[in-house]
Amino acid sequence: MSITVLNPGLLTTVQDLGRVGYQQFGVSVSGVIDPRAAAIGNILVGNPQGEAVLECTLMGPQLKFETDEVIAITGGDLSPTVDGQPVPAYAALAVKAGQTLRFGVPKAGCRAYIAFAGGLDIPLVMGSRSTYMKAAIGGFEGRKLQKGDALGLRAPVAGYANLHQRAIAPEFVPRPVYTLRVVLGPQDDAFTPEGVATFLGSEYTVTNEFDRMGCRMDGPAIQHKNGGDIISDGIAFGAIQVPGSGKPILMGADRQTTGGYTKIATVISADFRLLAQLKAGDKVRFEAVSVQAAQQALHFQRGALALLADVVKG
Amino acid sequence: MEQPRFLLTGDTSLSVEFGNEISEAINRRIRAFGLALEAAAIPGVTELVPTYRSMMIHYDPEVIGYEALKARLTAVLGGLDQVALPPSQVLEIPVLYGGEAGPDLAFVAEHAGLTPEEVIARHTRPEYLIYMLGFTPGFTYLGGLDERLNTPRLAQPRVSIPAGSVGIAGSQTGVYPIASPGGWQLIGRTPVRMYDPHRAVPILPKAGQYIHFYPIDQAEYDRIAALEAGEGYTCRCHAREEDVQ
Repeated sequence: MSITVLNPGLLTTVQDLGRVGYQQFGVSVSGVIDPRAAAIGNILVGNPQGEAVLECTLMGPQLKFETDEVIAITGGDLSPTVDGQPVPAYAALAVKAGQTLRFGVPKAGCRAYIAFAGGLDIPLVMGSRSTYMKAAIGGFEGRKLQKGDALGLRAPVAGYANLHQRAIAPEFVPRPVYTLRVVLGPQDDAFTPEGVATFLGSEYTVTNEFDRMGCRMDGPAIQHKNGGDIISDGIAFGAIQVPGSGKPILMGADRQTTGGYTKIATVISADFRLLAQLKAGDKVRFEAVSVQAAQQALHFQRGALALLADVVKG
Repeated sequence: MEQPRFLLTGDTSLSVEFGNEISEAINRRIRAFGLALEAAAIPGVTELVPTYRSMMIHYDPEVIGYEALKARLTAVLGGLDQVALPPSQVLEIPVLYGGEAGPDLAFVAEHAGLTPEEVIARHTRPEYLIYMLGFTPGFTYLGGLDERLNTPRLAQPRVSIPAGSVGIAGSQTGVYPIASPGGWQLIGRTPVRMYDPHRAVPILPKAGQYIHFYPIDQAEYDRIAALEAGEGYTCRCHAREEDVQ
Protein backbone atom coordinates (compact mmCIF):
# COMPACT_ATOMS: atom_id res chain seq x y z
CA MET A 1 0.00 0.00 0.00
CA SER A 2 1.14 3.53 -0.70
CA ILE A 3 -0.67 5.69 1.84
CA THR A 4 -1.69 5.01 5.44
CA VAL A 5 -4.35 7.13 7.12
CA LEU A 6 -3.00 8.16 10.54
CA ASN A 7 -5.95 10.47 11.18
CA PRO A 8 -8.89 10.86 8.81
CA GLY A 9 -9.69 14.50 9.63
CA LEU A 10 -13.29 15.69 9.77
CA LEU A 11 -14.62 14.29 6.50
CA THR A 12 -12.20 12.97 3.90
CA THR A 13 -13.65 11.03 0.97
CA VAL A 14 -12.55 9.70 -2.40
CA GLN A 15 -14.33 11.64 -5.19
CA ASP A 16 -14.08 11.93 -8.95
CA LEU A 17 -16.50 13.73 -11.27
CA GLY A 18 -19.38 11.61 -10.04
CA ARG A 19 -21.62 8.75 -11.10
CA VAL A 20 -23.10 9.79 -14.43
CA GLY A 21 -26.08 8.03 -15.97
CA TYR A 22 -27.87 6.65 -12.92
CA GLN A 23 -29.95 9.63 -11.73
CA GLN A 24 -32.97 8.11 -13.51
CA PHE A 25 -32.64 5.21 -11.03
CA GLY A 26 -32.46 7.46 -7.98
CA VAL A 27 -28.66 7.27 -7.59
CA SER A 28 -27.12 10.56 -6.46
CA VAL A 29 -24.26 11.82 -8.63
CA SER A 30 -21.77 12.52 -5.80
CA GLY A 31 -18.30 13.65 -6.93
CA VAL A 32 -16.10 16.60 -5.99
CA ILE A 33 -17.89 19.79 -4.95
CA ASP A 34 -15.11 21.87 -6.56
CA PRO A 35 -14.41 20.24 -9.94
CA ARG A 36 -12.02 23.01 -10.94
CA ALA A 37 -9.69 22.62 -7.92
CA ALA A 38 -9.71 18.83 -8.41
CA ALA A 39 -8.94 19.23 -12.13
CA ILE A 40 -6.00 21.56 -11.45
CA GLY A 41 -4.54 19.15 -8.88
CA ASN A 42 -4.82 16.29 -11.34
CA ILE A 43 -3.22 18.31 -14.14
CA LEU A 44 -0.29 19.31 -11.90
CA VAL A 45 0.48 15.65 -11.05
CA GLY A 46 0.02 14.48 -14.65
CA ASN A 47 -3.36 12.76 -14.29
CA PRO A 48 -6.44 13.06 -16.50
CA GLN A 49 -8.55 15.95 -15.16
CA GLY A 50 -11.35 13.69 -13.91
CA GLU A 51 -9.16 11.27 -11.89
CA ALA A 52 -10.32 10.53 -8.32
CA VAL A 53 -8.85 12.70 -5.56
CA LEU A 54 -9.28 13.00 -1.80
CA GLU A 55 -11.73 15.72 -0.79
CA CYS A 56 -10.90 17.08 2.67
CA THR A 57 -13.31 19.19 4.71
CA LEU A 58 -12.19 21.93 7.15
CA MET A 59 -9.91 19.66 9.21
CA GLY A 60 -7.73 17.73 6.79
CA PRO A 61 -6.28 14.25 7.36
CA GLN A 62 -2.83 12.98 8.37
CA LEU A 63 -1.45 10.67 5.71
CA LYS A 64 1.79 8.69 5.84
CA PHE A 65 3.43 7.84 2.54
CA GLU A 66 4.88 4.36 2.18
CA THR A 67 6.48 5.01 -1.22
CA ASP A 68 7.96 8.00 -3.05
CA GLU A 69 5.05 9.81 -4.70
CA VAL A 70 4.00 13.03 -6.40
CA ILE A 71 0.95 14.82 -5.01
CA ALA A 72 -0.70 18.22 -5.33
CA ILE A 73 -3.00 20.05 -2.91
CA THR A 74 -5.56 22.51 -4.26
CA GLY A 75 -8.78 24.24 -3.22
CA GLY A 76 -9.14 25.93 0.16
CA ASP A 77 -6.10 26.56 2.41
CA LEU A 78 -6.27 24.02 5.23
CA SER A 79 -2.60 24.62 6.24
CA PRO A 80 -0.83 21.60 4.76
CA THR A 81 2.60 20.55 6.07
CA VAL A 82 4.95 17.69 5.23
CA ASP A 83 6.98 16.52 8.24
CA GLY A 84 6.05 19.75 9.95
CA GLN A 85 7.20 22.08 7.16
CA PRO A 86 4.55 24.17 5.39
CA VAL A 87 4.21 23.16 1.74
CA PRO A 88 2.83 25.19 -1.14
CA ALA A 89 -0.63 24.51 -2.50
CA TYR A 90 -1.31 24.44 -6.26
CA ALA A 91 2.13 22.86 -6.81
CA ALA A 92 3.27 19.32 -7.54
CA LEU A 93 5.16 17.99 -4.50
CA ALA A 94 7.55 15.04 -4.47
CA VAL A 95 7.06 13.26 -1.16
CA LYS A 96 9.32 10.48 0.11
CA ALA A 97 8.48 7.16 1.70
CA GLY A 98 8.13 7.69 5.45
CA GLN A 99 7.02 11.32 5.23
CA THR A 100 3.72 12.50 6.71
CA LEU A 101 1.28 15.02 5.27
CA ARG A 102 -0.71 16.88 7.92
CA PHE A 103 -3.26 19.67 7.85
CA GLY A 104 -3.57 22.34 10.52
CA VAL A 105 -6.14 25.04 11.05
CA PRO A 106 -8.40 25.96 8.12
CA LYS A 107 -7.12 29.36 6.93
CA ALA A 108 -9.26 29.96 3.87
CA GLY A 109 -12.23 28.13 2.42
CA CYS A 110 -13.74 24.81 3.38
CA ARG A 111 -12.46 22.05 1.10
CA ALA A 112 -9.00 21.02 -0.05
CA TYR A 113 -8.21 18.37 -2.64
CA ILE A 114 -5.25 16.00 -2.75
CA ALA A 115 -4.38 14.59 -6.16
CA PHE A 116 -2.00 11.62 -6.46
CA ALA A 117 0.08 10.98 -9.59
CA GLY A 118 -1.02 7.68 -11.09
CA GLY A 119 -4.43 7.75 -9.43
CA LEU A 120 -5.89 6.11 -6.34
CA ASP A 121 -6.42 2.35 -6.58
CA ILE A 122 -10.15 2.39 -5.88
CA PRO A 123 -12.60 0.08 -7.71
CA LEU A 124 -15.17 1.60 -10.04
CA VAL A 125 -18.77 1.19 -8.89
CA MET A 126 -21.30 2.04 -11.59
CA GLY A 127 -18.56 3.72 -13.56
CA SER A 128 -17.24 5.99 -10.81
CA ARG A 129 -14.84 6.03 -7.84
CA SER A 130 -16.90 8.65 -5.98
CA THR A 131 -18.00 7.90 -2.43
CA TYR A 132 -21.80 7.94 -2.08
CA MET A 133 -22.11 7.76 1.68
CA LYS A 134 -25.90 7.49 1.93
CA ALA A 135 -25.93 4.30 -0.17
CA ALA A 136 -22.53 3.18 1.17
CA ILE A 137 -20.99 2.59 -2.26
CA GLY A 138 -17.94 3.80 -4.15
CA GLY A 139 -14.77 5.37 -2.80
CA PHE A 140 -13.08 3.56 0.07
CA GLU A 141 -15.61 0.88 1.12
CA GLY A 142 -18.47 3.31 0.57
CA ARG A 143 -17.54 5.55 3.49
CA LYS A 144 -15.35 8.43 4.64
CA LEU A 145 -11.76 7.54 5.51
CA GLN A 146 -10.97 6.15 8.95
CA LYS A 147 -7.80 5.80 10.98
CA GLY A 148 -5.75 2.85 9.76
CA ASP A 149 -7.15 2.76 6.22
CA ALA A 150 -4.51 1.93 3.60
CA LEU A 151 -4.84 3.36 0.11
CA GLY A 152 -2.99 2.13 -2.95
CA LEU A 153 -2.03 3.93 -6.14
CA ARG A 154 -2.60 2.41 -9.57
CA ALA A 155 0.60 3.70 -11.20
CA PRO A 156 2.67 5.71 -8.70
CA VAL A 157 5.15 8.28 -10.02
CA ALA A 158 8.24 9.05 -7.91
CA GLY A 159 9.10 12.37 -9.56
CA TYR A 160 8.99 14.62 -12.61
CA ALA A 161 11.97 16.30 -14.27
CA ASN A 162 9.96 19.54 -14.59
CA LEU A 163 8.51 19.37 -11.06
CA HIS A 164 9.10 23.08 -10.32
CA GLN A 165 7.15 24.03 -13.45
CA ARG A 166 4.12 22.13 -12.21
CA ALA A 167 2.77 24.96 -10.10
CA ILE A 168 0.41 27.91 -10.37
CA ALA A 169 -0.63 30.69 -8.00
CA PRO A 170 -3.20 29.48 -5.45
CA GLU A 171 -6.62 30.40 -6.79
CA PHE A 172 -8.90 30.58 -3.83
CA VAL A 173 -9.00 33.92 -2.04
CA PRO A 174 -11.47 34.50 0.80
CA ARG A 175 -13.84 37.41 0.32
CA PRO A 176 -16.02 39.46 2.67
CA VAL A 177 -19.02 38.62 0.46
CA TYR A 178 -19.11 35.93 -2.21
CA THR A 179 -21.09 36.72 -5.34
CA LEU A 180 -22.48 33.57 -6.90
CA ARG A 181 -23.78 33.96 -10.43
CA VAL A 182 -27.04 32.12 -11.08
CA VAL A 183 -29.34 31.25 -13.94
CA LEU A 184 -32.95 31.84 -12.84
CA GLY A 185 -35.28 28.84 -13.01
CA PRO A 186 -36.69 26.22 -13.12
CA GLN A 187 -39.42 27.57 -10.78
CA ASP A 188 -38.63 31.30 -10.62
CA ASP A 189 -42.24 31.84 -11.72
CA ALA A 190 -43.43 30.30 -8.43
CA PHE A 191 -42.20 33.42 -6.62
CA THR A 192 -43.66 36.92 -6.46
CA PRO A 193 -41.66 39.65 -8.25
CA GLU A 194 -40.81 40.93 -4.75
CA GLY A 195 -39.60 37.44 -3.83
CA VAL A 196 -37.22 37.34 -6.81
CA ALA A 197 -36.04 40.88 -5.97
CA THR A 198 -35.37 39.82 -2.35
CA PHE A 199 -33.35 36.84 -3.56
CA LEU A 200 -31.22 38.91 -5.95
CA GLY A 201 -30.94 41.97 -3.69
CA SER A 202 -30.14 40.50 -0.27
CA GLU A 203 -27.18 39.10 1.55
CA TYR A 204 -27.47 35.52 2.81
CA THR A 205 -25.37 33.84 5.50
CA VAL A 206 -24.26 30.21 5.46
CA THR A 207 -25.64 28.42 8.54
CA ASN A 208 -24.05 25.54 10.48
CA GLU A 209 -26.06 23.12 8.37
CA PHE A 210 -23.85 22.62 5.37
CA ASP A 211 -22.58 19.33 4.02
CA ARG A 212 -22.08 17.54 0.72
CA MET A 213 -25.84 17.30 0.21
CA GLY A 214 -26.67 20.95 0.66
CA CYS A 215 -26.01 24.23 2.37
CA ARG A 216 -28.75 26.02 4.31
CA MET A 217 -28.63 29.80 4.26
CA ASP A 218 -30.19 32.42 6.47
CA GLY A 219 -31.41 35.85 5.37
CA PRO A 220 -34.56 37.62 4.23
CA ALA A 221 -37.35 35.16 3.39
CA ILE A 222 -38.08 34.80 -0.33
CA GLN A 223 -41.79 35.15 -0.98
CA HIS A 224 -43.66 32.45 -2.91
CA LYS A 225 -46.87 32.98 -4.83
CA ASN A 226 -48.50 29.76 -3.55
CA GLY A 227 -46.13 28.03 -1.14
CA GLY A 228 -42.90 26.17 -1.64
CA ASP A 229 -44.16 22.72 -2.60
CA ILE A 230 -44.23 21.34 -6.14
CA ILE A 231 -44.72 17.94 -7.71
CA SER A 232 -41.21 16.45 -7.45
CA ASP A 233 -38.85 17.03 -10.36
CA GLY A 234 -35.10 16.70 -11.02
CA ILE A 235 -32.49 18.62 -9.02
CA ALA A 236 -29.30 19.96 -10.62
CA PHE A 237 -25.96 20.52 -8.85
CA GLY A 238 -26.05 24.12 -7.61
CA ALA A 239 -29.86 24.34 -7.60
CA ILE A 240 -31.19 26.78 -5.00
CA GLN A 241 -34.21 25.22 -3.31
CA VAL A 242 -36.58 27.48 -1.44
CA PRO A 243 -39.01 25.55 0.78
CA GLY A 244 -42.00 27.14 2.50
CA SER A 245 -39.75 28.89 5.04
CA GLY A 246 -38.43 31.11 2.23
CA LYS A 247 -34.81 30.42 3.23
CA PRO A 248 -32.61 29.17 0.37
CA ILE A 249 -30.72 25.86 0.33
CA LEU A 250 -27.82 25.35 -2.11
CA MET A 251 -27.88 21.77 -3.40
CA GLY A 252 -24.50 19.99 -3.50
CA ALA A 253 -23.00 16.88 -5.08
CA ASP A 254 -24.73 14.37 -2.76
CA ARG A 255 -28.18 15.90 -3.34
CA GLN A 256 -31.13 13.62 -3.91
CA THR A 257 -31.94 13.19 -7.59
CA THR A 258 -35.48 14.55 -7.23
CA GLY A 259 -37.26 16.83 -4.82
CA GLY A 260 -40.55 18.54 -4.12
CA TYR A 261 -39.49 22.10 -3.27
CA THR A 262 -39.45 25.10 -5.59
CA LYS A 263 -36.05 25.96 -7.05
CA ILE A 264 -35.61 29.65 -7.79
CA ALA A 265 -32.26 29.46 -9.62
CA THR A 266 -29.10 27.41 -10.22
CA VAL A 267 -25.51 28.49 -9.48
CA ILE A 268 -23.51 28.52 -12.71
CA SER A 269 -20.86 25.82 -13.18
CA ALA A 270 -18.03 28.37 -13.35
CA ASP A 271 -18.85 29.43 -9.76
CA PHE A 272 -18.92 25.94 -8.20
CA ARG A 273 -15.36 26.73 -7.09
CA LEU A 274 -16.79 29.43 -4.79
CA LEU A 275 -19.83 27.42 -3.69
CA ALA A 276 -17.47 24.58 -2.67
CA GLN A 277 -15.52 26.81 -0.31
CA LEU A 278 -18.45 28.28 1.64
CA LYS A 279 -18.58 27.59 5.36
CA ALA A 280 -20.68 28.70 8.33
CA GLY A 281 -20.84 32.47 8.66
CA ASP A 282 -19.82 33.28 5.08
CA LYS A 283 -21.88 35.95 3.30
CA VAL A 284 -23.32 35.35 -0.15
CA ARG A 285 -25.09 37.41 -2.79
CA PHE A 286 -26.70 36.10 -5.95
CA GLU A 287 -26.41 37.71 -9.37
CA ALA A 288 -28.58 36.61 -12.29
CA VAL A 289 -26.89 35.96 -15.66
CA SER A 290 -28.16 34.45 -18.90
CA VAL A 291 -27.59 30.78 -19.65
CA GLN A 292 -25.47 31.89 -22.62
CA ALA A 293 -23.19 33.96 -20.34
CA ALA A 294 -22.94 31.02 -17.93
CA GLN A 295 -21.91 28.65 -20.72
CA GLN A 296 -19.38 31.21 -21.99
CA ALA A 297 -17.83 31.47 -18.50
CA LEU A 298 -17.57 27.66 -18.31
CA HIS A 299 -16.02 27.61 -21.79
CA PHE A 300 -13.29 30.05 -20.69
CA GLN A 301 -12.58 28.02 -17.56
CA ARG A 302 -12.25 24.80 -19.51
CA GLY A 303 -10.02 26.52 -22.05
CA ALA A 304 -7.72 27.70 -19.27
CA LEU A 305 -7.51 24.17 -17.87
CA ALA A 306 -6.62 22.75 -21.29
CA LEU A 307 -3.90 25.40 -21.62
CA LEU A 308 -2.51 24.54 -18.17
CA ALA A 309 -2.46 20.85 -19.10
CA ASP A 310 -0.42 21.75 -22.21
CA VAL A 311 2.05 23.94 -20.33
CA VAL A 312 2.61 21.38 -17.58
CA LYS A 313 3.56 18.67 -20.09
CA GLY A 314 6.60 20.86 -20.90
CA MET B 1 -52.60 18.27 -24.10
CA GLU B 2 -50.74 21.45 -23.15
CA GLN B 3 -47.53 22.48 -24.92
CA PRO B 4 -44.35 21.32 -23.16
CA ARG B 5 -42.33 24.08 -21.47
CA PHE B 6 -38.56 24.47 -21.40
CA LEU B 7 -37.29 25.23 -17.90
CA LEU B 8 -33.75 26.37 -17.13
CA THR B 9 -31.99 24.20 -14.56
CA GLY B 10 -28.57 25.80 -14.83
CA ASP B 11 -25.99 25.75 -17.62
CA THR B 12 -25.50 21.99 -18.08
CA SER B 13 -29.09 20.75 -17.94
CA LEU B 14 -32.64 21.78 -18.72
CA SER B 15 -36.07 20.40 -17.96
CA VAL B 16 -38.90 19.80 -20.40
CA GLU B 17 -42.15 20.02 -18.43
CA PHE B 18 -45.25 18.31 -19.82
CA GLY B 19 -47.81 19.43 -17.25
CA ASN B 20 -48.41 20.21 -13.64
CA GLU B 21 -50.17 17.10 -12.38
CA ILE B 22 -49.49 13.45 -11.78
CA SER B 23 -51.22 11.49 -14.54
CA GLU B 24 -50.70 8.39 -16.62
CA ALA B 25 -51.22 10.45 -19.78
CA ILE B 26 -48.32 12.76 -18.92
CA ASN B 27 -46.19 9.79 -17.96
CA ARG B 28 -46.85 8.19 -21.37
CA ARG B 29 -45.75 11.42 -23.11
CA ILE B 30 -42.54 11.47 -21.05
CA ARG B 31 -41.91 7.82 -21.91
CA ALA B 32 -42.44 8.54 -25.61
CA PHE B 33 -40.12 11.55 -25.38
CA GLY B 34 -37.44 9.40 -23.74
CA LEU B 35 -37.65 6.82 -26.54
CA ALA B 36 -37.57 9.55 -29.20
CA LEU B 37 -34.53 11.16 -27.54
CA GLU B 38 -32.71 7.84 -27.42
CA ALA B 39 -33.42 7.39 -31.13
CA ALA B 40 -32.34 10.96 -31.93
CA ALA B 41 -29.02 10.46 -30.07
CA ILE B 42 -28.32 14.20 -29.90
CA PRO B 43 -24.55 14.73 -29.53
CA GLY B 44 -23.69 16.29 -26.16
CA VAL B 45 -26.70 14.88 -24.30
CA THR B 46 -25.26 12.94 -21.37
CA GLU B 47 -28.15 11.85 -19.18
CA LEU B 48 -31.96 11.71 -19.16
CA VAL B 49 -33.91 11.84 -15.90
CA PRO B 50 -37.67 11.29 -16.21
CA THR B 51 -39.81 12.53 -13.30
CA TYR B 52 -43.56 12.79 -12.59
CA ARG B 53 -44.17 15.55 -15.09
CA SER B 54 -40.91 16.40 -16.79
CA MET B 55 -37.77 15.11 -18.44
CA MET B 56 -34.51 16.55 -17.16
CA ILE B 57 -31.83 16.54 -19.84
CA HIS B 58 -28.17 16.86 -18.89
CA TYR B 59 -25.76 17.99 -21.58
CA ASP B 60 -22.26 19.25 -22.24
CA PRO B 61 -22.48 22.88 -23.40
CA GLU B 62 -19.05 22.53 -25.05
CA VAL B 63 -20.69 20.10 -27.50
CA ILE B 64 -24.11 21.70 -27.85
CA GLY B 65 -25.22 25.11 -26.54
CA TYR B 66 -28.58 25.86 -24.95
CA GLU B 67 -30.24 27.39 -28.04
CA ALA B 68 -29.05 24.62 -30.38
CA LEU B 69 -30.22 21.93 -27.96
CA LYS B 70 -33.59 23.62 -27.54
CA ALA B 71 -34.03 23.62 -31.33
CA ARG B 72 -33.20 19.89 -31.54
CA LEU B 73 -35.57 19.10 -28.68
CA THR B 74 -38.36 21.15 -30.23
CA ALA B 75 -38.01 19.08 -33.40
CA VAL B 76 -38.15 15.85 -31.40
CA LEU B 77 -41.24 17.10 -29.52
CA GLY B 78 -42.90 17.94 -32.86
CA GLY B 79 -42.76 14.28 -33.88
CA LEU B 80 -43.87 12.92 -30.53
CA ASP B 81 -47.37 11.94 -31.66
CA GLN B 82 -45.82 9.67 -34.27
CA VAL B 83 -43.80 7.72 -31.70
CA ALA B 84 -45.25 4.22 -31.43
CA LEU B 85 -45.02 3.26 -27.77
CA PRO B 86 -44.09 -0.38 -27.26
CA PRO B 87 -46.19 -2.15 -24.59
CA SER B 88 -45.19 -1.29 -21.03
CA GLN B 89 -43.35 -3.99 -19.13
CA VAL B 90 -44.75 -5.41 -15.91
CA LEU B 91 -42.24 -6.50 -13.28
CA GLU B 92 -43.57 -9.35 -11.10
CA ILE B 93 -42.38 -8.88 -7.52
CA PRO B 94 -42.93 -11.73 -5.00
CA VAL B 95 -43.87 -10.58 -1.48
CA LEU B 96 -44.09 -12.44 1.81
CA TYR B 97 -46.95 -10.62 3.54
CA GLY B 98 -47.50 -10.21 7.28
CA GLY B 99 -45.66 -11.78 10.21
CA GLU B 100 -42.16 -10.55 10.91
CA ALA B 101 -41.83 -9.42 7.28
CA GLY B 102 -44.90 -7.16 7.54
CA PRO B 103 -45.35 -6.08 11.16
CA ASP B 104 -47.94 -3.39 10.30
CA LEU B 105 -50.27 -5.58 8.19
CA ALA B 106 -52.71 -5.95 11.10
CA PHE B 107 -52.79 -2.18 11.67
CA VAL B 108 -53.35 -1.44 7.97
CA ALA B 109 -56.19 -4.00 7.94
CA GLU B 110 -57.78 -2.52 11.07
CA HIS B 111 -57.44 1.01 9.68
CA ALA B 112 -59.15 -0.04 6.45
CA GLY B 113 -61.79 -2.14 8.19
CA LEU B 114 -60.62 -5.22 6.29
CA THR B 115 -59.11 -8.57 7.16
CA PRO B 116 -55.35 -8.99 6.52
CA GLU B 117 -56.26 -11.42 3.70
CA GLU B 118 -58.40 -8.73 2.06
CA VAL B 119 -55.54 -6.21 2.35
CA ILE B 120 -53.23 -8.67 0.58
CA ALA B 121 -55.86 -9.30 -2.11
CA ARG B 122 -56.31 -5.58 -2.72
CA HIS B 123 -52.55 -4.88 -2.66
CA THR B 124 -51.78 -7.60 -5.20
CA ARG B 125 -54.61 -6.66 -7.58
CA PRO B 126 -53.32 -3.52 -9.38
CA GLU B 127 -50.43 -3.05 -11.75
CA TYR B 128 -48.69 -0.03 -10.24
CA LEU B 129 -47.19 2.49 -12.67
CA ILE B 130 -43.60 3.50 -11.85
CA TYR B 131 -43.82 7.25 -12.31
CA MET B 132 -40.20 7.82 -11.39
CA LEU B 133 -37.32 6.72 -9.19
CA GLY B 134 -35.69 8.93 -6.59
CA PHE B 135 -34.94 9.42 -2.89
CA THR B 136 -32.54 6.46 -2.74
CA PRO B 137 -31.14 4.12 -5.44
CA GLY B 138 -34.00 2.04 -6.82
CA PHE B 139 -36.81 3.72 -4.83
CA THR B 140 -39.95 3.76 -6.99
CA TYR B 141 -42.76 6.30 -6.83
CA LEU B 142 -45.78 4.16 -7.70
CA GLY B 143 -49.29 5.14 -8.68
CA GLY B 144 -52.44 3.06 -8.35
CA LEU B 145 -52.84 2.05 -4.70
CA ASP B 146 -56.38 0.98 -3.78
CA GLU B 147 -57.79 4.01 -1.92
CA ARG B 148 -59.17 1.76 0.79
CA LEU B 149 -55.57 0.90 1.75
CA ASN B 150 -54.52 4.54 2.33
CA THR B 151 -52.88 4.55 5.77
CA PRO B 152 -51.05 7.38 7.55
CA ARG B 153 -47.35 7.02 8.26
CA LEU B 154 -46.11 5.78 11.63
CA ALA B 155 -46.16 8.52 14.26
CA GLN B 156 -42.66 7.40 15.25
CA PRO B 157 -40.50 6.39 12.26
CA ARG B 158 -38.41 3.23 12.61
CA VAL B 159 -34.65 3.69 12.92
CA SER B 160 -33.89 0.97 10.39
CA ILE B 161 -36.07 -0.86 7.94
CA PRO B 162 -34.64 -3.93 6.17
CA ALA B 163 -34.06 -3.78 2.41
CA GLY B 164 -36.96 -5.29 0.48
CA SER B 165 -39.64 -4.09 2.91
CA VAL B 166 -42.96 -3.34 1.22
CA GLY B 167 -44.92 -0.51 2.77
CA ILE B 168 -47.76 1.96 2.57
CA ALA B 169 -47.62 5.68 3.38
CA GLY B 170 -50.71 7.76 2.71
CA SER B 171 -51.76 6.96 -0.86
CA GLN B 172 -48.32 5.61 -1.78
CA THR B 173 -46.98 2.08 -1.77
CA GLY B 174 -43.49 0.85 -2.57
CA VAL B 175 -40.40 -1.17 -1.72
CA TYR B 176 -37.43 0.01 0.36
CA PRO B 177 -34.49 -0.88 -1.93
CA ILE B 178 -31.86 -0.36 0.79
CA ALA B 179 -32.00 -0.55 4.57
CA SER B 180 -32.91 2.91 5.82
CA PRO B 181 -34.89 4.71 8.49
CA GLY B 182 -38.52 5.36 7.61
CA GLY B 183 -42.10 5.82 8.67
CA TRP B 184 -43.98 3.62 6.22
CA GLN B 185 -46.46 0.99 7.40
CA LEU B 186 -44.73 -2.30 6.57
CA ILE B 187 -47.01 -5.00 5.21
CA GLY B 188 -44.51 -7.44 3.74
CA ARG B 189 -41.06 -8.03 2.32
CA THR B 190 -39.67 -9.16 -1.03
CA PRO B 191 -36.58 -11.37 -1.24
CA VAL B 192 -35.79 -9.74 -4.62
CA ARG B 193 -32.91 -7.28 -4.64
CA MET B 194 -34.33 -4.17 -6.26
CA TYR B 195 -30.84 -2.69 -6.11
CA ASP B 196 -27.39 -4.26 -6.18
CA PRO B 197 -24.54 -1.88 -7.08
CA HIS B 198 -22.31 -4.71 -8.28
CA ARG B 199 -24.81 -6.30 -10.68
CA ALA B 200 -24.62 -5.71 -14.45
CA VAL B 201 -28.02 -4.03 -14.12
CA PRO B 202 -27.70 -2.37 -10.70
CA ILE B 203 -31.32 -1.26 -10.45
CA LEU B 204 -34.22 -3.49 -11.42
CA PRO B 205 -37.22 -1.12 -11.89
CA LYS B 206 -37.34 1.62 -14.52
CA ALA B 207 -39.64 4.61 -14.85
CA GLY B 208 -42.57 3.83 -17.18
CA GLN B 209 -42.70 0.15 -16.23
CA TYR B 210 -45.35 -1.31 -13.95
CA ILE B 211 -44.90 -3.37 -10.81
CA HIS B 212 -47.25 -6.19 -9.84
CA PHE B 213 -46.90 -7.78 -6.41
CA TYR B 214 -47.85 -11.42 -5.80
CA PRO B 215 -47.97 -13.27 -2.48
CA ILE B 216 -45.47 -16.01 -1.64
CA ASP B 217 -44.95 -18.21 1.41
CA GLN B 218 -41.88 -18.49 3.65
CA ALA B 219 -40.46 -21.46 1.68
CA GLU B 220 -40.59 -19.57 -1.62
CA TYR B 221 -39.16 -16.48 0.11
CA ASP B 222 -36.22 -18.53 1.39
CA ARG B 223 -35.67 -20.15 -2.03
CA ILE B 224 -35.52 -16.79 -3.84
CA ALA B 225 -33.42 -15.20 -1.06
CA ALA B 226 -30.90 -18.05 -1.41
CA LEU B 227 -30.74 -17.52 -5.17
CA GLU B 228 -30.23 -13.76 -4.70
CA ALA B 229 -27.39 -14.49 -2.27
CA GLY B 230 -25.76 -16.68 -4.91
CA GLU B 231 -26.08 -16.55 -8.68
CA GLY B 232 -29.04 -14.16 -8.62
CA TYR B 233 -32.77 -14.43 -9.24
CA THR B 234 -34.47 -13.08 -12.34
CA CYS B 235 -37.94 -11.63 -11.83
CA ARG B 236 -40.60 -12.43 -14.36
CA CYS B 237 -41.17 -9.42 -16.60
CA HIS B 238 -43.87 -9.36 -19.29
CA ALA B 239 -45.71 -6.99 -21.59
CA ARG B 240 -48.76 -5.35 -20.04
CA GLU B 241 -51.88 -7.04 -21.36
CA GLU B 242 -53.82 -3.79 -21.56
CA ASP B 243 -51.16 -2.35 -23.91
CA VAL B 244 -50.96 -5.43 -26.13
CA GLN B 245 -54.67 -5.42 -26.99
